[in-house]
Amino acid sequence: MQRTHNNRAWWLVLPVVIVVAFSAIIPMMTVVNYSVQDIFDPSTRFFVGTEWYREILRDERLHDSLIRQFIYSFAVLAIEIPLGIAVALSMPRKGAMVSLCMILLALPLLIPWNVVGTIWQIIGREDIGLYGWALGQLGIDYNYASNPADAWVTVLVMDVWHWTSLVALLCYSGLRAIPDVYYQAARIDRASPWAVFRYIQLPKLKSVLLIGIMLRFMDSFMIYTEPFVLTGGGPGTTTTFLSQTLTQMAIGQFDLGRAAAFSLIYFLIILLVSWLFYTAMTHQDSDDA
Amino acid sequence: MSLSLEAVTRRVGRETHIDKVDLTFEPGSFNVLLGRTLSGKTSLMRLMAGLDVPSEGRILMNGEDVTGRPVRERNISMVYQQFINYPSLNVYDNIASPLKLARMASDEIRRRVHEISEMLHIEQFLKRQPSELSGGQQQRTAMARALVKDADLVLFDEPLVNLDYKLREELRHEMRSLFATRNTIAVYATTEPGEALALGGTTTLMHEGRVLQSGPTESVYHHPVSVEAARLYSEPQINLFEAEVRGRELSFSGAADAGSHGSRFVLPAPLAGLESGAYRFGIRPSHLGLAPLADDDLEFAVNVDIAEISGSETFLHVSNTDHSLVLHLSGIHDFDVDDSIRVYAPAHKLFVYAEEVAEGADSALIRSPTRADNIVPDTSSGGLV
Amino acid sequence: MAAIHLNDLAHSYMAAPSEDADYAIRRMNHVWEQGGAYALLGPSGCGKSTLLNIISGLLAPSEGEVRFDDRVVNQLPPEERNIAQVFQFPVVYDTMTVYDNLAFPLRNQRQPEHKVQSRVREIAQVLELESLLERRASNLTADEKQKVSMGRGLVRDDVAAILFDEPLTVIDPHLKWKLRRKLKQIHEQFNITMVYVTHDQLEASTFADKIAVMYEGRIVQFGTPRELFEDPAHTFVGYFIGSPGMNLARISLEAQGVRLGEGESAPLLRLPRTLLATFSERNGDLKLGIRPEFVELEAAALERSESESTEHWLSGQVTLVQDLGTYKVVDIDIGGGCVFKARIEEDAAIPHGRVRMRLPARWQRFYLDEHLLDVLPASAEVTDDVVDDKGGVA
Repeated sequence: MQRTHNNRAWWLVLPVVIVVAFSAIIPMMTVVNYSVQDIFDPSTRFFVGTEWYREILRDERLHDSLIRQFIYSFAVLAIEIPLGIAVALSMPRKGAMVSLCMILLALPLLIPWNVVGTIWQIIGREDIGLYGWALGQLGIDYNYASNPADAWVTVLVMDVWHWTSLVALLCYSGLRAIPDVYYQAARIDRASPWAVFRYIQLPKLKSVLLIGIMLRFMDSFMIYTEPFVLTGGGPGTTTTFLSQTLTQMAIGQFDLGRAAAFSLIYFLIILLVSWLFYTAMTHQDSDDA
Repeated sequence: MSLSLEAVTRRVGRETHIDKVDLTFEPGSFNVLLGRTLSGKTSLMRLMAGLDVPSEGRILMNGEDVTGRPVRERNISMVYQQFINYPSLNVYDNIASPLKLARMASDEIRRRVHEISEMLHIEQFLKRQPSELSGGQQQRTAMARALVKDADLVLFDEPLVNLDYKLREELRHEMRSLFATRNTIAVYATTEPGEALALGGTTTLMHEGRVLQSGPTESVYHHPVSVEAARLYSEPQINLFEAEVRGRELSFSGAADAGSHGSRFVLPAPLAGLESGAYRFGIRPSHLGLAPLADDDLEFAVNVDIAEISGSETFLHVSNTDHSLVLHLSGIHDFDVDDSIRVYAPAHKLFVYAEEVAEGADSALIRSPTRADNIVPDTSSGGLV
Repeated sequence: MAAIHLNDLAHSYMAAPSEDADYAIRRMNHVWEQGGAYALLGPSGCGKSTLLNIISGLLAPSEGEVRFDDRVVNQLPPEERNIAQVFQFPVVYDTMTVYDNLAFPLRNQRQPEHKVQSRVREIAQVLELESLLERRASNLTADEKQKVSMGRGLVRDDVAAILFDEPLTVIDPHLKWKLRRKLKQIHEQFNITMVYVTHDQLEASTFADKIAVMYEGRIVQFGTPRELFEDPAHTFVGYFIGSPGMNLARISLEAQGVRLGEGESAPLLRLPRTLLATFSERNGDLKLGIRPEFVELEAAALERSESESTEHWLSGQVTLVQDLGTYKVVDIDIGGGCVFKARIEEDAAIPHGRVRMRLPARWQRFYLDEHLLDVLPASAEVTDDVVDDKGGVA
């Protein structure tokens, strides 16, 4: 009797299986298929085994791009997470100001990536951009189109401007979920504001921070549009990150096999780093005697 | 409708939450599950409701196997510790919700909602939102919703825990009369022995996922079949002794660490039939006294640890190197800490348990307390004496 | 160490309170003496938690003042009040060990580490937490956590008072006993003022030397558990203290005594003339109260006709007997819409059918508009004499 129930239940899962098959598994297998072949045109293809992979792993251009990517992602996390927490902490806990803050924070999140790129491209220009001009007036030689450091800073500022809100909103909801008695107990124990943060707020924020860090890591690791719109990955290749390199390979050079192998490695890196974050942050709970 | 669980076991991962439980609930009965936190009360109720499926065993309703049947297809209601109502519906609509789902005619719904809300004294709040009610009224609303649909089985998971002690008293009382006329099986989980007694009906003692004992409340209270059962069904905790009978001599061993020698007594007359050997003795705090009732009362010289005095009674905690005892005395008795006093255990009020359950017997209980000076061994407990 | 004075204290959560009902705490004067063990007892919504938060400084009262000895502390935040508070749900710092939790308040005061250590060890020993000191606080059971939060209050030697806000709510019954006992021992050992908020009369009366019973924003009685039990100053105290609560019946005056309840069947209770004379001088709602513990039953069936209940014996019908283990509660319908409860011992014979019962004069209490009438000594003496006379007859 139990078995018939179970069997019927399987049919309910079928739609999901179909959707997942078409949306993830089949495209993925296609990429795997490409990555082990050399394709000249649809009818002319050779099986090459792991050759593409070996080539990718030896490719200097990709190494540079990967290192840049890591530096970039960690810079993003290092700035956005503390900043997001700080913003969340300084937000009012109740009253009319709450909704105002929420709206202000939500605004950047509503703007599409390429528009963000365009906005900062214009605003950072020395001649007509407000910020670029202002920096020039302050005597700072700023030019994102020619100076790699300036380009980096601009791309980072763009990302921080765009996404810190997300971290802040997540943290804010996490902070609101902490029962008042914790703060009351801390006051009675005469805890300093830092101790309140360190021993109450931070521990209670752990789960939302985990989500925040994962989202921001994965997203920043795949950054494409902003630097592309701003400088096209320049000056030189200084802001050319992994996804842009991949696109160049796949579409610019139509090197499908290599691109496919590359995407799989790319995918695995994201998976691996996310897993590392996840275990590092959830492991603390179980390390007791 | 009757409900039986046959050798029901539930394992989650490597842990066994429910271990081979056999229980039968009669139609129209009120049943209390008494056990400490994590003893398996909630897990068992979830199995009865069909929210979980047993790993082994069968669940029968009216003799029909419903083991794998989902909750929606069973006619069941549940009331939880938290006051769970639909926050956006007023009290009337909250109570009516299960009937509306069952597509009952609207005048019948009205009749039933009014009837049940009257029984639970919330008829004047029908137009209010749950947020405008006190905790007691919110829980009454949740109960009304559970009772309105004439469920076959109503499960209460510690429903009164979050209410005032006085409100609890009232609701307990009403609960009994609410079910007196129904054909519904009520199952009520609680951690409090006093609550189980006040609710009456049957009591099932749960411990570590197993059923220790099940039966009419009064008989379970007066004749707990094992030391563990006696311990569970006693508040404050029952006083226990490791005892040894050798001929006409009775000795209680002391605490192992204190380097004590234990206490020795002449075997009192009511226990004369006990064969030599090891036993466990128990006596309820309310049966210990400050003055002997008979010559052969067991006497303990002790020091007062602390006296907890309520308006009409005293809970006296005393100890010596061998034992630490609790007395529940009526009236007010003032003592200072460390006062030396003597306390007495009347022999006919002792519980006597076999050290090990004899083969084929389902009870370790040899003797339970008898009234006053009646020294005839209790036969209802199936004793050996 | 300090006595806590509440002077003309009142509190309303509204901006412009106009009538009594707008106040969570109605104007009150009260003193908690240094070193006392007190309970603040009442049903939910009576204002007891509000009062506790005013004392600890988490809430500023809208009127009146809070003084610790001579110091007005209205404006002081909790951290400057030398007060510790234990909450309903245990608050521990999850990521810290038990040791660090206990050390936390001392380290916040920048006390030297060797002093922290000796103090933490001492308190851990008192609370029987020694074996858990290295454990992380998040992995403790509810009762252990509650001990840790208590310990954080106890380690500080500058604490004037510890406030408990229903600290045993989440604890299993068998552990409640242990923890409550621990609290009491700590009180005896440390001589700290303790105020314990609860709705449970047993918890309150076993912990506290004196209990303040709160009802609708007021302290309706402040007394020892015994006083609350024997002489409830207000019908609410009679009802709320005791399990079951006091039997209360509305009474109306007659020449010979009083009628209990209303209607044709309302039974007559004979009372001394002096007492009746006192009643007739007062205007208002009169009630008789007597504790179920003091109602005396005579199980024998009545031979006389029902209406003829004699002077000090009332007759009634047993409608329910509840076995509560250590005692039984008998419901007796005596007519006039009155059901009296009597509490009888475990071994007493179970009454059934018609029974006679006596309400001993020394335990009768009379209430005018819900407040206790101070008529006791005279009435007790006079009626006791009558009882003795009657004793031969009955």
